[in-house]
Amino acid sequence: MKLTEKIDFYQKPRDFWRGLITLILILTPLGINSYGLSLLTQVLIFGILAMSLDILIGYTGLVSFNHATFFGVSAYTTGILFYCGWKNFWLTLGAGIAVSTALAILLGLVVLRSSGPYFLMITLAFGQMIFALAWRWRSLTGGDDGLPGISRPDLGLPVSMENNISFYYLVLVFFLATLFALWKFVHSPLGMSVVGVRESESRMQALGYNTFGLKLAAYALAAAVSGLAGVLYVYFTGFISPQELNWTMSGLIILMVIIGGAGTLVGPVIGAAVILVLQNLISSYTDRWPLFMGILFILCVMYARNGILGYFLKLFKGGKNHEGIGS
Amino acid sequence: MKALEVKDITKKYGGLKVLRHLSLSVAPGERRAIIGPNGAGKTTLFNTITGLSKPDSGKIYIFGKNVTRLSAYHRARLGLSRTFQRNNLFFNLTLLDNINLALHVNRSPQKARDFLQHWGLYHRKNVKVKELSYGEQRQVELLLALVQSPRLMLLDEPTAGISQGESRVITRMIQGLPREVTVIIIEHDMEVVFNLADRITVLNRGQILYEGTAAEVRTHPAVKEIYLGSAGEEGP
Amino acid sequence: MEGSQLFILALNGLSYGLLLFLSAVGLSLIFGLMGVVNMAHGSYYMLGAYIGTTLFQFTGSFCLSILGASLTVALIGVLTEYVFFRRFYQQELEQVLLSFGFAYIFMDLSKWLWGGFPLSLPKPALFQDSITILGQAFPSYRLLVILMGLVTALSLWLFLERTRTGTIIRAGVDDKEMVTGMGINIKLYFTLTFALGAFLAAFGGVAGGPIIGAYQGLDFDILALALAIVVVGGLGTLKGAFWGSILIGFMETFGKALFPNYAIFVIYVVMVLILIFKPAGLMGRGKPS
Repeated sequence: MKLTEKIDFYQKPRDFWRGLITLILILTPLGINSYGLSLLTQVLIFGILAMSLDILIGYTGLVSFNHATFFGVSAYTTGILFYCGWKNFWLTLGAGIAVSTALAILLGLVVLRSSGPYFLMITLAFGQMIFALAWRWRSLTGGDDGLPGISRPDLGLPVSMENNISFYYLVLVFFLATLFALWKFVHSPLGMSVVGVRESESRMQALGYNTFGLKLAAYALAAAVSGLAGVLYVYFTGFISPQELNWTMSGLIILMVIIGGAGTLVGPVIGAAVILVLQNLISSYTDRWPLFMGILFILCVMYARNGILGYFLKLFKGGKNHEGIGS
Repeated sequence: MKALEVKDITKKYGGLKVLRHLSLSVAPGERRAIIGPNGAGKTTLFNTITGLSKPDSGKIYIFGKNVTRLSAYHRARLGLSRTFQRNNLFFNLTLLDNINLALHVNRSPQKARDFLQHWGLYHRKNVKVKELSYGEQRQVELLLALVQSPRLMLLDEPTAGISQGESRVITRMIQGLPREVTVIIIEHDMEVVFNLADRITVLNRGQILYEGTAAEVRTHPAVKEIYLGSAGEEGP
Repeated sequence: MEGSQLFILALNGLSYGLLLFLSAVGLSLIFGLMGVVNMAHGSYYMLGAYIGTTLFQFTGSFCLSILGASLTVALIGVLTEYVFFRRFYQQELEQVLLSFGFAYIFMDLSKWLWGGFPLSLPKPALFQDSITILGQAFPSYRLLVILMGLVTALSLWLFLERTRTGTIIRAGVDDKEMVTGMGINIKLYFTLTFALGAFLAAFGGVAGGPIIGAYQGLDFDILALALAIVVVGGLGTLKGAFWGSILIGFMETFGKALFPNYAIFVIYVVMVLILIFKPAGLMGRGKPS
């Protein structure tokens, strides 16, 4: 609280959001069937993932085209450790996050040297390299068969995670913790500096900021959070395949961020919900979901550039604390 | 000890030599103007001094310290600050947040408010910088360079594109700086130059054409021809 | 490894590199001229391979297939540029996201129309056999690919150097404002470059059809390589795309022969080294923005 008072950076979190989240928390396991519960669990996991990408796209101004890499690598780490007999949730969680963060730091040292279109190209190329590696390194990753049959984790608690409701609560706890932590981050001096990099990197350097270090920190943070999402995802579906590392997945997360509103943190969660609900609806009628997604991508760029949350913020507050990407 | 010493700097872009064996030294507390026609290499000189681009050869010293291999942010931490020719601000943030960022956020929040109060922009503190007028933005450009109390300031055409009235405001701001601050200013407006500068360096095609006091420069025939003449400036 | 085997590998690398050149050069020119990283550029290659295969089934003529497919894809390129990209002139991020949307559409449409199974295009009748080079068998079709690649590269070079249109495109890459300042309608040249880029990529797709085939995922396999090429070679120049392609083609071919599973790693190691030591690419001019 002290921090937000000190810096007039964005306005304080509105009670509206807290109310909404609490509402979801209370209602869900009671009034929803197992299909809805599964969808909502998925929304929360992808919400975590989309928020982590928003740190890069919306706040730092880094339009990364391989965000699925960190998600998938962490999921693979969990899966591989499961096959090695690691059943403890906390150990695999730590390992998944550690591996994706370490990869981000290594990759960041290379890709963050470039900016703008070069950054897009290089991140995409590296993402596809790691996708190809997962495809070909059969002995470790199972190739295109992936790693099936991963069972729910052991938390060392008296509740079984095989129960979908308790697993949902586990995800919810992590979701709320991530939301809170990232909210704190973007309101912290570090988060504010990162926004400064988005606005003008050369000015930040002239003011004495180590902008490369700031970008690397944001990159590592985003990778760590998507690593968390990857661990939860692999336990949720019990399966991981190279498709989770592919460009189609990276694009899906980008779409969630821009359709919800980049630079708003909560917007991308709404984006994740909208996309996943649409995906489920359309997939029950036709196999042509990627086609719809492509069209959605184009429509979103052409007509809804500020995203859903951006639209409402503009409506109610004159767009005061929303920033579109590329601004 | 000199505030700034540039020794034999050369900078190429592709095949084009923008700076050619350029040397320059500025004493502490001096007010130096750099003038010259477009494409003379003035902004490139600033970029190499601040570390935004690296020279191909030569050395740069700031307060006696060799900074040639230091990155831009290291040099800034030595007390070097700059403004940009084209407004380079945090456009989507409020004026107060711009100042907060320039103060590295973690210092006392009151300091930013006091600072804005002092410069008469407090009433605009919650306005996004992109919504300020161009003249106000030009002031903020200068304020961001000022707020950290630098020892050496490089000002790149601080009065470009603004009205005469606004230009006088900026000139007064620069004149009001403590005398121990060294100021190097690139400027096209000769009135501003003659008002501010102790000495004037004339740059042409990446080299120093002439250096002297304002009075000397005003009467120097080659300078008149290359710069004053071509820019059509009148005497004051 | 013997000298003759090395030579055959080198020929393979050359033919592969020239196929890659056909897709990379369009990507590079479009980027140089318009600042757009066209994420659908690999899709043009894949569409070319699929359409070429279908045309061959109907016509039985390789020549007709390669021309028909390339022209069709060029038309698709023109339409997407004219209807969509043009609205976002100088909004690079929007254009990249648009092209990403198109990559999904092309991917799913091709899966819909051609199914998930890999297809392979038969070689033209005259080039069915292998010939013997230094005592090693070498498919004559690959020699044809090398020939087609070299002829295309040469004609492109002549086009860019010797024709007025080519000169304007090159000038546009260097300095857009100057070109528009001369009263030239640069948007016309955007469309033209898009058409040319899509044509060449599809041409490469059909030419590579008998070797690489057409399969789901080909689009981004090619796009990732083409991006690596323009990063390695330097953006916006024919020379950069050419030598970058040859280099990547050789490395992929030799890498596959030496460490079959991890050849793709070799390419990225080189890409990382070049990014670190020569960020503007081997043939790049000035500094990357």
